[in-house]
Amino acid sequence: MISRLKDRVAPAVTRRRLLAGVGALALAGVLSGCNVTFGATKGVTTQAHEEFRLWYGMAIAGIAVAVFVWLLIFWSIFRYRRRDDHIPKQTQEHVPLEITYTVIPILMVIVIFVFTVIVENFVDSNPTPSGAVVNVTAYQWGWIFQYAHANGVTVRTAEKAGPTLLPRSYFAKRYPTLTLPVGETSRIYLRSADVVHGFYVHSFNFDRYAQPGVTNVFSFTPTTTGWFPAQCTQYCGLYHSEMLFNVHIVTDAQYTTWLKNAELHPQSLTGATSQPTRPGPQ
Amino acid sequence: MTIAVERTLPIPAEEHGPTGLLKWITSTDHKVIGKSYTITAFVFFCLAGLMAMLMRTQLASPDNNIVSLHLYNELFTMHGSLMLYLFAGPFAFGGLANYIVPLQIGAPDMAFPRLNALSYWLYAFGGLIMISGFLTTGGAADFGWVSYAPLSSATNTPGAGPDMWIVALVLTGFSAIFTGVNICATVFYLRAPGLTMFRLPIFTWNMLVTGILILIAFPVLTAALVMLWCDRHIGSHIFSVAGGGVPVLWQNLFWFFGHPEVYILALPYFGMVTDILAVFSRKPVFGYRGMVFATMSIAALSTSVWAHHMFTTGTVLLPFFSLMSYLIAVPTGIKFFNWIGTLWRGSIVFETPMLFAVGFLIVFLFGGVTGIILASPPLDFATHDTYFVVAHFHEVLFGSAVFGGFAGLYYWYPKMTGRMLRNDLGKASFWFMFVGFWLTFVPQYWLGLAGMPRRIAEYSPLSGWTLLNRISTSGAYLLFIAVFLMLVNFLLSFLKPVPAGDNPWDAHTLEWATSSPPPHHNFYWIPPVRSERPLWDHNHPEHTTIHSHMPANSVRAATSTVHSGPGVHPDHGSRSDFRGEDGDE
Amino acid sequence: MKVEAYVLIFVGAFFAVVCGIYWFLSYETSGTLMLLGTCFLGFVPGGYYYWWSRRMKPRPEDDPQAKREDGEGVVGAFPGSSVWPFVLGVSAASVGLSLVFGFWTAIVGFVVAASAVMGVIRESRRGGLI
Ligand code: HEM
Ligand SMILES: [Cu+2]
Ligand SMILES: [Cu+2]
Repeated sequence: MISRLKDRVAPAVTRRRLLAGVGALALAGVLSGCNVTFGATKGVTTQAHEEFRLWYGMAIAGIAVAVFVWLLIFWSIFRYRRRDDHIPKQTQEHVPLEITYTVIPILMVIVIFVFTVIVENFVDSNPTPSGAVVNVTAYQWGWIFQYAHANGVTVRTAEKAGPTLLPRSYFAKRYPTLTLPVGETSRIYLRSADVVHGFYVHSFNFDRYAQPGVTNVFSFTPTTTGWFPAQCTQYCGLYHSEMLFNVHIVTDAQYTTWLKNAELHPQSLTGATSQPTRPGPQ
Repeated sequence: MTIAVERTLPIPAEEHGPTGLLKWITSTDHKVIGKSYTITAFVFFCLAGLMAMLMRTQLASPDNNIVSLHLYNELFTMHGSLMLYLFAGPFAFGGLANYIVPLQIGAPDMAFPRLNALSYWLYAFGGLIMISGFLTTGGAADFGWVSYAPLSSATNTPGAGPDMWIVALVLTGFSAIFTGVNICATVFYLRAPGLTMFRLPIFTWNMLVTGILILIAFPVLTAALVMLWCDRHIGSHIFSVAGGGVPVLWQNLFWFFGHPEVYILALPYFGMVTDILAVFSRKPVFGYRGMVFATMSIAALSTSVWAHHMFTTGTVLLPFFSLMSYLIAVPTGIKFFNWIGTLWRGSIVFETPMLFAVGFLIVFLFGGVTGIILASPPLDFATHDTYFVVAHFHEVLFGSAVFGGFAGLYYWYPKMTGRMLRNDLGKASFWFMFVGFWLTFVPQYWLGLAGMPRRIAEYSPLSGWTLLNRISTSGAYLLFIAVFLMLVNFLLSFLKPVPAGDNPWDAHTLEWATSSPPPHHNFYWIPPVRSERPLWDHNHPEHTTIHSHMPANSVRAATSTVHSGPGVHPDHGSRSDFRGEDGDE
Repeated sequence: MKVEAYVLIFVGAFFAVVCGIYWFLSYETSGTLMLLGTCFLGFVPGGYYYWWSRRMKPRPEDDPQAKREDGEGVVGAFPGSSVWPFVLGVSAASVGLSLVFGFWTAIVGFVVAASAVMGVIRESRRGGLI
């Protein structure tokens, strides 16, 4: 069987396959070398980095599979277009082939499942916090960040004269800021005061529902300082698109100073910043 | 290439029951009901499409003011609800399947014709009730098509609109259940002699499995809606924390319905595409049995993956649901390779249905791949509720319901009306749709990866999302043109009909063995069934795949007689256990 | 009739397995109950069909070599056109609307529904067309 196969496959073809393999590897290398992210963000926490790596692998695998199948489709529709009125051979099945394309996907699924579980366990592990511990409460339509160990330092969305008067412009409203120290693991306890909200920090590659009756616990270990935009993603009613906040990652020293100051002047914290929402990392 | 089958009997002048409007209201003929369903579903598709145009226009610029926040919320809720509950499902199982399944199995009608009519009326009135929500003072429902508790409670979304949404879904839910029962009974009991289960056309197989899936999924939705109504009106607190209820329960119930639902919306279209690919490649379906088992496994698995929509709730078993969701990729992959196997070495001709079918393959593939990405909890954490998800589900839903569904519509339109649709107009419509589709939805992947949440009516100019949104909106306008061209095509086929003939595509299955449109009770003559392609075997006896000694076109005998109307007493001699709906009086 | 039975039994068996696995992995009640219900939904009709399939005469549609003559005879009685499904639909819609607008539409709905049910029954007795 094998020898027959070898006879049929001309050396040129083998060489071409080899080249294609090397090419694919090289392409992968180049891609990772020049910061190709397929649109995703690498993130600014260790958890986000892991997710990004998983994304990267799966994006490459997914694109490879998609391109492979697309090529098969395009090949067959161009190559086998009707040219004359003949009736082709009525092939109905090819059992070994069918088994092959059942088994290979199963193997691929097992591989991605293993990687998924590894990353998932890392992201969901809750190491002992060395940084802040924050009780986050989502409500219609804003956020309350209460620092657990810091005499009730609380940052919240500035309430204007009630939701009905909210103008439809971003800068008339002041969005609260969640301040976290860089390099330390901070833990969040997430709750909701009314409906389901989504605590989503894009640069953390992370979304978790805030639900009534449920407390979700998770941790972040930021790696970069800067301002990061964040927003409620789970539709929560009329002003869902206004439910923004910022995340400010600062150095340890800055964090300590900020916390001290906040304990002394709690008033200053309500809607503490009018920082525009999209400045990105510093 | 057009091969007309001779009829052994001339068509008598059919004068059956009332005509005109009364015919549409009182008919129990599956063909009339199927047409009513198809037309109604198409109207809902157009309405929902117009809502989508409004939304896309609103999103074309940051801080846009075309619609109010409240209206935007109503729009996406009703767009999603109309598309899923009133278009994609009913178009498939109420419209095309209703019309085609009895024909494909050589049956005179659906098993329960009056129940079938009742299904249609429940659906039609349900749909009317749902959209009339817009006429109430508080506006239509605005809690998204999933209506998560407790946002859907009486305090958070008061008003008649949401209640009408609930009632509408209960009605259409029953309509779907009745149709499911009807399809299963029809396929089980009304097949032509020799048409064993493993000779059913794939479309019929898929409809059978869809029917079972409907029976699994819809009762759960109906039950959940009743609970929701009780919470809203008689203070039962099933979904509210205040009264000791559990809000997450809603999500469990809803998605136990919701995920099978998306396969209820996909499997019928898979079936259509399978048949179409085979016909236009002049080959049998490659890997027939694999196809059937893949359909069944997809259906089975799809009922054990519901919580992949709830990864970010932090309350579900991540690895279980993730693995089950991944596993769906395996039968779907089998289907893809079988489709390619069907094309392979075929003799492919690109009539409009084939173009849409291949469009489906190309589009759905990418939607499937991004689905695998979303089935990974860590990656779902990164993309959940962003435009990545919006792009993903449009790719699969639009891919199946619109590309697949229009393939089916173009394919069977000649059968249903006796008229051809214009091929060049159809192709133009396809190309607008294909290009428009990618323009609309691929930028949404990037938007999602750039962090744009779904269901937002406005975004900041600083967000950097403007350009991609503009591209997406312009693509949506191309889609609008594509649907418009299609409507023109329908109109032309009425103004200047081109007669279709019985079998314009040289097709394989029984529905093409009768006239277009078929007579009352469908058949005067049925070719002998010796494989899953009876008509092909009959028309191309030298190219069959039958491995028996029996010649394919054996003697043409008179087929079973079907009696209708008053006073018929079924005779149990030849069909041992079948009894008509009101057989035992 | 066998294949039909097997399809449904497959549904039952699959969900029996999944239901077991799910329960022991999660101890979550709502999902387990729904899976259990689905399991019955497969086994009950599937078992019934299987039971039937062993008792009935083989049908021509299950015989790969059936001739068309085998299917001769009356397939079933199919009602002609009937207005009652429509009337029943109207009544269902008005009963449904009573859940939104208060109970008076339900009264109308139930009266109409009753008349529709009687209509259907009389029609079937008489045997058909309106
Ligand atoms: C005609 C082209 C279409 C366009 C331009 C379009 C556009 C949109 C837009 C703008 C949204 C709102 C996204 C958001 O704000 O989160 C949306 C949501 C949705 N669409 Fe479409 N859509 C189209 C076709 C379809 C089709 C064919 C289906 C299904 C068969 C569909 C199903 C949905 C669903 C389920 C939602 C989610 C609703 C929700 O969030 O509750 N759409 N679509
Ligand atoms: Cu929110
Ligand atoms: Cu799903």
